[in-house]
Amino acid sequence: MSEPLIFEHSRAGRRAVAQAPSAAPTIDDIPAKLRRKTLPGLPEVSELDVVRHYTRLSQRNFSIDTHFYPLGSCTMKHNPRACNTLASLPGFLNRHPLAPASHGQGFLACLFELQEMLRTVTGMAAVSLTPMAGAQGEFTGVAMIKAYHESRGDTERNEILVPDAAHGTNPATAVMCGCKVVEIPTDKDGDVDIAVLREKLGPKTAGIMLTNPSTLGVFEQDILEIAQLVHEAGGLLYYDGANLNAILGKVRPGDMGFDVIHMNLHKTFSTPHGGGGPGSGAVGVSKRLRDFMPIPVVGREGQGDAESGAVTYRWLTEADVPHTIGRLSAFMGNAGVLLRAYIYARLLGRDGMTRVAEFATLNSNYLMARLKGAGFDVAFADRRASHEFIVTLKRQKQELDVSATDFAKRLLDYGYHAPTIYFPLLVPECFLIEPTESESRETLDGFVEAMIAIWNEAKQDPAILKQAPVNLPVRRLDEVAAAKSLDLCYRPDDQSSRSAA
Amino acid sequence: MPFIPHTQTDIEAMLAAIGADSIDSLFDEIDPSLRDVDISALPDRTSEQAVTRLMHERAAQDSGGLCFIGAGAYEHHIPAAVWEITTRGEFYSAYTPYQPEASQGTLQVVYEYQTMMCGLTGMDVSNASLYDGASALAEGVLMAVRANRQSKAARILMPTSVHPYYRQVARNICANQKIVFETIDFDRSTGTVDRDALARWAGEDVTALVIPQPNFFGQIEDVDRLTDWAHDNGALAIGVVNPLALALLSPPGEWGSDESSEGADIVVGEGQPLGAPMAGGGPYFGILCCRKKHVRQMPGRVVGRTHDLDGETGYVLTLQPREQHIRRSKATSNICTNQGLLVTAATIHMSLLGPQGLENVAATCAATTRDLVARLTDIDGVEAVFSGACFHECVLRLPADAKTVLAALAERGIFGGLALAEFYPEIGNAIVVCATETKTDADLAAYAQTLADVLSGLAQDDSMTLTSAKAKETA
Repeated sequence: MSEPLIFEHSRAGRRAVAQAPSAAPTIDDIPAKLRRKTLPGLPEVSELDVVRHYTRLSQRNFSIDTHFYPLGSCTMKHNPRACNTLASLPGFLNRHPLAPASHGQGFLACLFELQEMLRTVTGMAAVSLTPMAGAQGEFTGVAMIKAYHESRGDTERNEILVPDAAHGTNPATAVMCGCKVVEIPTDKDGDVDIAVLREKLGPKTAGIMLTNPSTLGVFEQDILEIAQLVHEAGGLLYYDGANLNAILGKVRPGDMGFDVIHMNLHKTFSTPHGGGGPGSGAVGVSKRLRDFMPIPVVGREGQGDAESGAVTYRWLTEADVPHTIGRLSAFMGNAGVLLRAYIYARLLGRDGMTRVAEFATLNSNYLMARLKGAGFDVAFADRRASHEFIVTLKRQKQELDVSATDFAKRLLDYGYHAPTIYFPLLVPECFLIEPTESESRETLDGFVEAMIAIWNEAKQDPAILKQAPVNLPVRRLDEVAAAKSLDLCYRPDDQSSRSAA
Repeated sequence: MPFIPHTQTDIEAMLAAIGADSIDSLFDEIDPSLRDVDISALPDRTSEQAVTRLMHERAAQDSGGLCFIGAGAYEHHIPAAVWEITTRGEFYSAYTPYQPEASQGTLQVVYEYQTMMCGLTGMDVSNASLYDGASALAEGVLMAVRANRQSKAARILMPTSVHPYYRQVARNICANQKIVFETIDFDRSTGTVDRDALARWAGEDVTALVIPQPNFFGQIEDVDRLTDWAHDNGALAIGVVNPLALALLSPPGEWGSDESSEGADIVVGEGQPLGAPMAGGGPYFGILCCRKKHVRQMPGRVVGRTHDLDGETGYVLTLQPREQHIRRSKATSNICTNQGLLVTAATIHMSLLGPQGLENVAATCAATTRDLVARLTDIDGVEAVFSGACFHECVLRLPADAKTVLAALAERGIFGGLALAEFYPEIGNAIVVCATETKTDADLAAYAQTLADVLSGLAQDDSMTLTSAKAKETA
């Protein structure tokens, strides 16, 4: 059963009167030719129509609050409700971003303390919170690396090394920063191929972007050697924090030798994914990049803590960060997301942060062991799993002609969100599985049972998988048709799909 | 343990299943020198009760004050239903809809959002949103350079009447793309794009002209003439709009004086006025709409309508071959987020207001600002800097140092606007003020009275300083 569009609920003249001023005062000084001639194309509905429609739509979603969601590299862990409730206090919500700092000391204190906590837990020299998502954090990092080399007159360095297992954002970011991408292969154990790395390093090397643990779910064993080689060649090291959940409080990127890192606060610090955003991609830097950080950053003056009233907080500007790569958002990044991360960090505290990595790793290794025990093939089976691991369904594909997609769609029928599929690109028919620390043993066991049941179904009748899902609001959707005859906007006078290109 | 459900029995059973002695041993592939970390500076954990108390104290520190600042973030009434529904766990804690069958709620919301943005802007296509208005302008510029194949210069004409922070962000994000930004000055009397400054670029290779509506000063630009100019000169027209203003002002899809004009080519803007609280600067969302012929150059996610195996309607992410996870180094952008939660709020917000409600809000903002300006310019020495119509912001010149005046107002609980000297020293002691539909007669009266008091207080201080200086001279 499909839910009609809100526009299909619309009836001319219907309104949810109470929420807006009752009339439009006459504005007679705007030239007629610059005025809108007809009302904008929005639905005309009652408040109940709206509440019911969007509540129904919400029920057509999987979410952490309703389902186990082991999406590899996405860290779908519990989002504590206190973080949302407290970040939504009116004092925070009603504060204008350009209101004077004297009237924002509470907010600034939270941000300053968050900077300090992130700095400590990652082992970096300083932190800037402004990047609005992981990809913007990456942009920030590479832009700082570029600016650093240029400030030293080292203008030939324009190559960024990226392992072939990396997220697509890494090469896309390097190009946005005007760099060339040099791909480094992975060796048989899942580590960076050091021999090739040595060959590719040189006077053009600006830096290397690494995810550690990598997207293959293993910790880079030669990280100290890699750091030394890259630094010796004059390059800098960028840490993609997508997998920071695996090492939080246990190992620090700063100690590994990284010069700049981004953290996905929407992953490791449990701020909501919101159906695709907002994220937050705070960056941490080593001493040599401190002067290049994007602004605004929060600075503290005076000694003591916020409660004593002896300290004040203020925005640091270009004058304080002399080589800053500048401003990347109109105001202060995704400020409200930062408050949520701050609250989460306070609720965890020091030991709680370390436990994140420990129990994420325990859950991952347990799930890997159980699936291995059930006969599934695991990539890099001789390695420790980090907070995530890879199952390859290549054998099932060959023997039973069922793909990773078929398995994934059938998992939805069993009430489990599918793991990440077909990523990393190196492993055929793969599932990248990340259970996170907030899931219980029973939930993981239930997932294993579902995987076994689906495999048995595939042996008896592969069509069950190919027809899946059958228990969801819609059956398998035609993505090819969607791309072929683009329908990106509803037009009431044209019910059939509308070609936009 | 906070947010970790494991009992001791669980831990033991799980370690046994793995064949490991301890949780620590699961990290044994990591070099021992890296495993000895000093994080003693982190605080101990805090209970929910204690954090609640702390956050209430801090929020209280930041509370209060009548806000007349705009400059890119605006105080509007947000219907209670908007965030009640948006923060339902099914929306709040869902991921990007990579498994569309399990994400029809999020996907349909985005499709409805795209449709509403097309309705509001008069454009053919909207994406699923970008980070914020400033970064959306940067993406719009990058997109224009890809889309305008006739132009070789990668030259963007950027009026100084565009928000100063937006201009900075566009430059910073495009810094390594060999894009040339040429500034176009504003007319000192109207506060809109200077015709002569623009005319100097006629006949040159121009990739795109950025057109703010309303502009940073709140002034309404002659968008028809600017759009015509862009198209006559082989440039694309990039609109930077306040979406709320479009309930009153002509939609970018209709810009251009001629009936046959194609309108703006790309439209970007800050979505915050559509249901996002000011919240100290974010999260907001960036709008990006375009003509259908440019859709494949558009950055960011987009949702399309399709059908399932039974022919039932459903929604999916589409045009993904433009994106980083497929195209990697050849993607249209490195972006892989949309501000999904904010888009959900905006879609609910626009549904609740409807076409008439949105127009009522926009017109009430415009009327309230006119009222405020009339009251403030009644005060001796306070005058409007520009002639011509504004939307809901206006630049006023003050008879005293703007920063001093604003600080004195803030002490009295009024955030009176933004001082412009830092960004536009040529205007002098000016502020940009804003009054939305949230401001009552009493609020406006309070601002006017307080400003009058502050100014007369400063004038007295001045005359005393003068007197004492004179007294010194005489002595």
